[in-house]
This record gives sequence, C-alpha cells and structure tokens, in this order.
Amino acid sequence: MSANEFYSLHVNGKTMPVQDSWVGESLLYVLRERLGLPGTKGACEQGECGSCTVLMNGNAVCACLVMAATAVNSEIVTVEGITSESTLTDVQQSFVEEGAVQCGFCTPGLIVAVHHLLEKNPQPSEFEVKEAISGNICRCTGYGRVFAAVEATIRSRNEVK
Amino acid sequence: MAKSSVVTKPRDILGNSALRPDGAHKVQGSFEFTSDLHAENMLWGATLRSPHPYAKIMSIDTSAALALPGVHCIITADDVPGKSTYGLISSDQPVFASDYVRYMGEPVAAVAADHPETCRRALALIVVVYEVLAPLTNPEDAIAGSFDPIHPDGNVIRHQRIVRGDQNISGPIVVEGEYVIGMQDQAFLGLEAALAIPDPDGLGLHLHVATQWLHEDLTQISACLSLPAEKIRLTLGGVGGAFGAREDISLQVHCCLLALKAGRPIKMQYSREESFFGHVHRHPATIFMRHHADANGKIVKIDARFVFDGGAYTSTSPAVLINGITHTQGPYKCDNATVDGYAVRTNNPPCGAMRGFGVVQACFAHESQMDKIAVAVGKSPVEIRLINAMVTGDPLITGQIMESVAPVARCITETDAIPLPALMGETVNELSLPGGSGLTASRSHIVRGIGWGVSMKNLMYSEGFDDFATARCTLKDGVASLKFATSEVGQGFVTLAPQIARSVLGVDEVILEPIDTQIGSAGSTSASRQTWMSGGAVDGACRLVRERLFHHVGKQHSIDPLRLVIDGTDVIDQVGTFRYSVAEASEGIEISETFEHHHRATEELDANGQGNCHTAFAFVAHRAVVDVDPELGLVKVVQIATAQDVGRVLNPLSAIGQLEGGIAQGLGLAVMEEIIMQNGKVRNPSFTDYLLPTALDAPDVVAVMIEEYEPQAPLGAKGIGEPPCISVTPAIVAAIRNAIGKNIERIPVRPQDICL
Repeated sequence: MSANEFYSLHVNGKTMPVQDSWVGESLLYVLRERLGLPGTKGACEQGECGSCTVLMNGNAVCACLVMAATAVNSEIVTVEGITSESTLTDVQQSFVEEGAVQCGFCTPGLIVAVHHLLEKNPQPSEFEVKEAISGNICRCTGYGRVFAAVEATIRSRNEVK
Repeated sequence: MAKSSVVTKPRDILGNSALRPDGAHKVQGSFEFTSDLHAENMLWGATLRSPHPYAKIMSIDTSAALALPGVHCIITADDVPGKSTYGLISSDQPVFASDYVRYMGEPVAAVAADHPETCRRALALIVVVYEVLAPLTNPEDAIAGSFDPIHPDGNVIRHQRIVRGDQNISGPIVVEGEYVIGMQDQAFLGLEAALAIPDPDGLGLHLHVATQWLHEDLTQISACLSLPAEKIRLTLGGVGGAFGAREDISLQVHCCLLALKAGRPIKMQYSREESFFGHVHRHPATIFMRHHADANGKIVKIDARFVFDGGAYTSTSPAVLINGITHTQGPYKCDNATVDGYAVRTNNPPCGAMRGFGVVQACFAHESQMDKIAVAVGKSPVEIRLINAMVTGDPLITGQIMESVAPVARCITETDAIPLPALMGETVNELSLPGGSGLTASRSHIVRGIGWGVSMKNLMYSEGFDDFATARCTLKDGVASLKFATSEVGQGFVTLAPQIARSVLGVDEVILEPIDTQIGSAGSTSASRQTWMSGGAVDGACRLVRERLFHHVGKQHSIDPLRLVIDGTDVIDQVGTFRYSVAEASEGIEISETFEHHHRATEELDANGQGNCHTAFAFVAHRAVVDVDPELGLVKVVQIATAQDVGRVLNPLSAIGQLEGGIAQGLGLAVMEEIIMQNGKVRNPSFTDYLLPTALDAPDVVAVMIEEYEPQAPLGAKGIGEPPCISVTPAIVAAIRNAIGKNIERIPVRPQDICL
C-alpha cells in the first residue's frame, strides 16, 4: 500500500506515531499491526462480538469500527493500558481464579468491558452486569464463570472498603 | 514464538481446581494467538473463493492482479506440486478448484502481498470465467440418483443400515415424526490463522497454525506439497476455540504453498465472513423416527431413516453418519431396530465435525419421540425415560454390549431433584423476559414450560481406527517436563497435564514444552478424547518415570523399590520409616520416558450395522425451563438443570466450564443459530446475521457431577466436552412445546414456528 500517511495516536497515556499507514486502516489494525499492541483481538469486523473493545475518551467502543485516522484526538486505552507489569488487576485475578478464561480470545475485550462497567457503576445489579457485557460474545464459557468473576471482583472491592 | 510456560503453583493435583497456566497471559492480552504472530519480511496471504455453488471454471486470468504493486505471487491449482486433493477420511477436496467449483466459497486461487488491503484488491482483479450450473441442493435428489454426479466419487458419500432383532414386531403404541436440524456453525472466536516460514534453503518450512490435530495436518500438507514430512515442522499457535471446525484443512496448504513460492514468511488470517466459508459446519439433517412401544411405554422397536447433508466434500461425513445412526436409541434399552442412514454430497457447504458429531441430530429426534410416547401412555417425561433407561450390560442396536458405567437413571433422578426456579414475579427485570433488550414481550402473555432431554454419547474414535496419543515426561532435579502434541484449544489440557504429573510424581514444578510435531501424534482434540487419551499418555509416561525413580532410590538406599510410593512430594517406604523428597531423590539425574496410550480396539460395522464399533460412552440429563411469548414467538431459557456422568472430576473449575459452555452452544442450536441456505448460497455469513447466545441469553445452570469411576479410563474420568451440548437442545424444544402446546419438529425453533 502507499506509505504516505503520518499521524499520532494517544494510546495508554503515550503519544504513538503511526508510520507508513494507509488511511483506510481501522483502529484495530493499527493497534495490532503498527503499534505493537496485539492484546486487542479481532473476530467479526462488524462490532458484534466485542473482542476488540477499547476505551475511547472513556467510552467502550469496538476498535474494528473506528477508523484509526479519526481517533487522533482521542485518549485510547487498551487491555495493555489496564494491565500493570507486576500484578494482575482484581478483575483479571478474578477471571483466572473463577474459571472465566478458556480459549481466552474474547477475554481481553471482556476485561476492558468489566473494568469500564465497574468504574462507571461500582455496584451493578445482576442484570446491569449482563447488559454491560452482552456485547462481548464468548463461545467457550457460556458466561457462567464470567458472571462469577465479576461478582467476585465486586465482593472483594466491597470487603476492602 | 513457541515459549515454554512454567507452572509453579504448589499441589495442584488431580481433583483440585488448578488454575490455567496460560490464564494470566490471557487476561493481560499477552497470550500469543496464531493471529498475533509476526515474522521478519512477512507477507500476507488471502484466498479467492467461488461465488457460485456449482459452476465449471472456463478460465482464470491472474495477469492484472499480478501487475498490482505490492503483489508478490498468485497460486492456483496449477501450482500444487503434490497431491491435488486432501481430506480427513477421503481425499476428495481440491486444494484449489481446477475444473468445477462445487460449493459457494470453494478456493480458486491465493495471493501473497504486502498488506491485507493489497490482497483484497488483487483478489478483485483475478478474472475467473465460470459457466454457472444448476446446483444439487436437495439431499433426496442425491439419494434418488436423479441428479448427475457432481463429483467423480458420486453423490452418495455413505449408506449404512442397522438391522437388529425382530423386523416384524410392533407394539400397541406407535409414534412417529420427521425431525429437521439446521446447519450450525462452530463460531469459535479466534479466526483461522497460520504463519508459514520457509527454510532458508527453500526445501522445507515451519508452519505455526491453530489446529485440532497437528500430525494429521502434517500428513495432508506433506502430500499436497510433495515434501517429506521431516521437511515440515508444525507448531501449535495459540488457538481461540475449535469445537470441530479446525479438524479439517482450511488455510494450511495455501499458506505453505505461498511461503514456498514467495520465499518469504506468509501470514494468513480469515475474516469472519471467510471463516463461514473456510471451515465445515454441523450437518443439517432430516431424521424420520417411528417408535413402537408397549402399553407401559417400554420401547419395542425403532424404525428410523437418517439423511445427513454432507455438502460438496466428504470431510468426516462417513463417521458423523455412523455416530448418528448408532445413537438412534439414545440412552434407552431397545432390542429391535431398522435404521437406514445416508450421508450425501450436495452443492451446499461441506459439513463435518462439530461438538456432538452426529449425536446432536439423533438426540433431537429420539428425545422428541420419547415425549410422544409419554403422552401416548399417560406418563411424565421423567417416568417414560426411567422405565426405558439403559444399564451397563445392555446390548445396543449394533449388538455391542454397553460396557461403560451407565448411570442413566441416576442422571435423570438427580436432575429431577434440582429445585425448579421461582415463577416470574412482577419484579423480574424486563431484560430477562423473552425478547430481552428488545423489550417487546408483554408480561401478562408469557407462559412457562418445562422439558427434558437425556443423551448417550460415544467417546473417542470408532470403527477400527487405531486411536492413540503420545507423551513424554522428563524428571530432573525435582522438576518434571512434559512434551506432547495435544492441541490446546481452550479446553484446558495444559491445566490437566501438570496436575497428572504432580499426582503421579510428587513434583510441584511442571514445565510444558512447546506443542509441536517433534514428538508422536496425540490424535485430535475432538470426540471428548484428550483427557482420556493424552491424559492416559501423560499418566503412563509419568508412571514409567516414577518406576525408574523408585529403582534409583531403592538402589541408593538398599530398599526394595516395590515398597516405595509417593506421599505428597516425598518418596516413602510404605512399610518402613524412610522418607525422602522427590526433589532430593531426583537431584543430579535425568529420567525420561515416552508413552503411547491406545484405547481398546473397535470394529467396523457389517452390512446389517452390527459390530463393536464404539470405544466407550457417557451420559447426561438436561431439564429446561423456558418462558415463551406465544404471540411474538420469543423464548427465554430461564434455567437448565443437569446431571452428567463424568466418571471422576479431575478439575472442578474446568469441568463446570465445559458444562456451562456446552449448554450455551446447545441453547444456540435450539433457538437461534442457523446458517441459512438458499439454492446453495449462504445468506448470513456474519455475526450480524448469524446469531449467537450473549450474556443476556445465558440461563441459570444448576449442575450435578455424577462421579462413578470408569474402570476403562486411565484416570477414571470420562470425556466431558460433548455431552453438555447434546440433550440440552431437545430439552429446550420440549419446554417450548410444553409451554405452547404445539408440536415443533425443527431446530432452531424460529419465532414463526411458535406464533404462526
């Protein structure tokens, strides 16, 4: 492709130059293939499965539906931005301990969605949890352990208080 | 790329909920799926596919595409140096179509270019002239012989009868139905992907691929490439689910051919739309069943006719057919049967393996029939199933004796004992009503129904196939290393294998070596077989290592090695006071053993469908509670109660995950999932139009594990992957029938099936 576009994105608190890109590339493609952030996954290209969930100016969006070049003035947070190098977040820890991970392909999107939910609504009802993650398709778990992981996170946060 | 992972969590032995060794990487987004792989100087590959279900290829012109800047090479059937076809059972599927295309989506050419978008543009510039032909889409036309063969091998892939007992016997109760099962997609999340890296000398290559069976891929790739197997190495890339869809070759051969031709690494990755065309699906089927029963409802005889639509190529259709017809009776006693089964070739998409493999289709029919018998004799769904329940020692309609532990009655009674959910109250959130976030259902119109499904499922491979798995265990300085080629697709063998090593060897730290073809085959991650087969291989290898360790310790300390056992993490003399840690006992030595686990031999069926064709069986019961809006045809599955025959629970957390996940897939087939075909064309190849269960569709699952140790199984544990998705589907449909009082004989149940 013609290598003549140059712009920068603000991802996980850093300004990241995007070089040699074609202007038609999605945010998902640029994150994965140009910025070395493969944690965001692609599985449907239509915003149906939520595997590519990232935060854009504090909103959960499907990166496959965002043109990267239109995201230049946005603050983007990916699963890598939620992850610290040394420890797992409480959400991540609960996902591992409650068996919410099988193949793991939907997992990064779910981790972003659940962090986002609990930030906006620290005490969600059972149905608010289901609604919040209903845009994230998981084909392995049937969601039972995912619900358990969210509940465990809420419980542990409440105990800390 | 291929990394060893270290497992250090102590005492995660068999029976405990050991956590996944890859869990932390998966929640952080740092686990490397195949689609995440890169190589220096890498190009992208893409496939051109037929837009027609049946057509003659008149010409292919790639010149304009080759002239596009960024395009490196284009390959067609002319570029296949070895065998021009592949296939799991019959090698009848072309690597690229050369004369005819036989299904919509059949590969015609592939391109390598510098960017996925360049690939897309190049594909659009390849000119293929087709002479479009009328497709064969009705399986009955294939059976009747009314359509010219669409393939040199003919239009009937396999025909098999089962004739058992008294052919003329009847009973006072006769019920029948014709059951139709739609085409389901596995819909794994991690799309098909591979990275092929040619050797510097151009004479071999290394393929990283998401697959269910590395060695079978290797055999088929090697033949098509005309390269000896030792020149090709396969390494398992991270796999994002499988469910049967990765058992057949998809992009493997194309990716390797492009890499060899371009002389550069090639990455291929399907889009979701391409994935719908790139892998086989669950067979759509039409099943007629007539049950004869006595006045109490005991089955006297079953007549049945099965028609599986195999689509354009064989894939695993012959085995799916045998699985279907040999499960005609379900988990019930039956002495007399006449069964006729066909798997046929059409111009529909090829169908093959999906979780449940032929038994899903059979179970929907036999469970619908059981409910009809119950109504006819005035018994409840539970009573009718209990009086017919099979036990160990019963003969099957194939003449094979049920030798597996068969707690069918217990599965039913323990499911029945699970409390029913509360009736929908006024306070129930409206999102939980049928229709969900559409908020269309009216509370006052909703009716509740309860339904049952019970199933039998064969485990491992059948019909004389010498099925085996290989594993190597190496013990050094108190650390065990395990090597196997077992595909980890999400099911959790990477969790189980270290649990086995810790239990057998008394070690804490277990290293998993890369999963590749540098050891013997593990067989496929399918047929609920890896815990039994690869688990048996790991167990066997660890036991051989333990025996040598005991000899070593016995010699060092002058103790009869037969007196030594593992106690926790120590080697102890069971009749003395000697105690020595495994770490100390194995210091400075290295013991390595490889073990192949074969399951017992099976036989082919004879012309009357008689023979010991299956290895072992597992059972499960499901009870579904649904709320239905009969006017709008909307369904909400409220609760699934289940008791499953598991032999022994090796990891409770993994086990419940298999049960819940399988139930969701069975729910999908019951009420929403279908690849819609129209004259050979797929109408809904996307997640927008092919609906999958979401978190809002998930029912409450209440599960009981029935633990009756299976003596045939190396670890006492039966395979648990497939049973959860089999009888849940008929249970849900039975609950819908119960709610609305209408007979429904087709799945998935659509709104119009309920309200019109």
